[in-house]
Amino acid sequence: MTGTTGEHASRGFIAAYVAGDETLPAQAVWALESHLDSCGECGRQVAEAVPSLAPRIDALLSRVWVDVDAATVQPPAPVRSPVLRWARTWAPPSMAPWLLMVALVALAALGIDLSSPTGRLPSLVLLVSPIAPLICVAAAWARGLDPMFELTASTPRAGLRLVLRRTAAVLVVVIPLLAVVSGFADVSPALSLVPSLAFTLGTLALGTVIGVGRAAAVLGAAWAVFVIAPSLLTAQISVLLLPSSLLGWGVAAVLAAVVVVTRAHAFDGLPSQN
Amino acid sequence: MARVVDPAELAPTRYAWEIEAEGLRVKAGRRLAVDGLDLRLGTGVHGLLGPNGAGKTTLIRALATVLPPAGGKLELLGQSIGGRSNLRALRRKLGYLPQEFGYYPKFTVREFVEYMAWLKEMDGSQIVGAVQRAIDRVGLTDRADDRMKTLSGGMLRRAGIAQAIVNDPDILLLDEPTVGLDPAQRLDFRTLLRNLGERACVLVSTHLVEDVAAVCTHVVLMEEGRMVFRGTPDDLVAAGGTGDLGDSPIERGYSALLARHRGVTR
Repeated sequence: MTGTTGEHASRGFIAAYVAGDETLPAQAVWALESHLDSCGECGRQVAEAVPSLAPRIDALLSRVWVDVDAATVQPPAPVRSPVLRWARTWAPPSMAPWLLMVALVALAALGIDLSSPTGRLPSLVLLVSPIAPLICVAAAWARGLDPMFELTASTPRAGLRLVLRRTAAVLVVVIPLLAVVSGFADVSPALSLVPSLAFTLGTLALGTVIGVGRAAAVLGAAWAVFVIAPSLLTAQISVLLLPSSLLGWGVAAVLAAVVVVTRAHAFDGLPSQN
Repeated sequence: MARVVDPAELAPTRYAWEIEAEGLRVKAGRRLAVDGLDLRLGTGVHGLLGPNGAGKTTLIRALATVLPPAGGKLELLGQSIGGRSNLRALRRKLGYLPQEFGYYPKFTVREFVEYMAWLKEMDGSQIVGAVQRAIDRVGLTDRADDRMKTLSGGMLRRAGIAQAIVNDPDILLLDEPTVGLDPAQRLDFRTLLRNLGERACVLVSTHLVEDVAAVCTHVVLMEEGRMVFRGTPDDLVAAGGTGDLGDSPIERGYSALLARHRGVTR
């Protein structure tokens, strides 16, 4: 190539190019321009030569940059809190009030247990804990409790994985809570945790048929009518909440899990019955 | 940062129509709201017209894959919908604005669109830029960091449009997107629709006939779950005579076709 030293263009050639020297052969100009596309070193030399050798181009360029700066939109604001954003991918904000409510209900049950004389009534903590997570599970995947439900249901993330993700968020809050509360109420933690796990999975399993919101309502009401009320009236704990029933609860939880997995496609869209 | 081109984007399309339905039936509750609909839509802006209760919203929900078809054939981007087909890959290429869309009031516009981008499984490194672009395109740049609950009706709808277009969808479904927009915003929205229609299949349900005339390349008219008419806005105008109801030629065409379908004799 004319006027080049080794792999790079010579200073004199670049100066002539920048100054717009019309005696330069056209082929040499083309060669330099294609070289400039890929060579940072020569590009910088051109940039350094422009202010002194081609003041008109320099003025034009700076005017363009001023305009570009003025037209640029503000760069995206930084996210308020990466932790908050991460937490929201596990539990949308619509679930927060329900989690708080469950905590309050559990504490209220504990308060009643501690203030009533021992042995007269069955432990309220034990009676309530199986259905404690249900409202939160419903909030995880029900049209009425999640304002963004329809939008969420149309996205690729919708489906069993998102439902389980939100359910896991519920359990992460509810399980330690129930464990601590049962500890204070002097109730076996297994007897409050295993039934509540079975009810959680049962709600999802029934939810594949009638919708999670309805499933939570049906199971919660059934438990209140057939177990909580009789236990309080007869002052005798239901046979379902004796240590001998634990195996049954475990089997129920496993069966419910199997139903959830086999009917997972029911979570892909809106519940079929409105 | 340079965008990484997914080989899937460069693959040739293997379908003739973005949306193809044959004898499609969809239930809304127990009612068959879409009953034997045949539809073929390609790239462009398609207006979906029809009286209230004609099945527009149910049809759009089925196309958004949130309601499964009760019968017939439905193919989106060449993929058959129904049964237990895996919808994840397809849904990444869909954009959907429901007629009444909910939101978490404490989210800012940016957080709302970002959350939807996450739900749409967009590449994490692209989300911030894509969200800003979507917000800019609907003209909400100066309100991007305001909470959703402080927005007016028209702004909410624009935020809804932003979430629908954030993933550059191949099929964009908008249910009554112009409700609550003032005249200037509707003009901007039409420009946006024209741009989107150049590379995507956009289906806009509306009862504002003049929106259709201004921006749509095709019109689909529905009544009682069936397609009554399909053609260009000019065909719709041509269907109307001076004796038909309406203040503009296209309104007269609309009412003439509906009246003809209902068998009303004047």
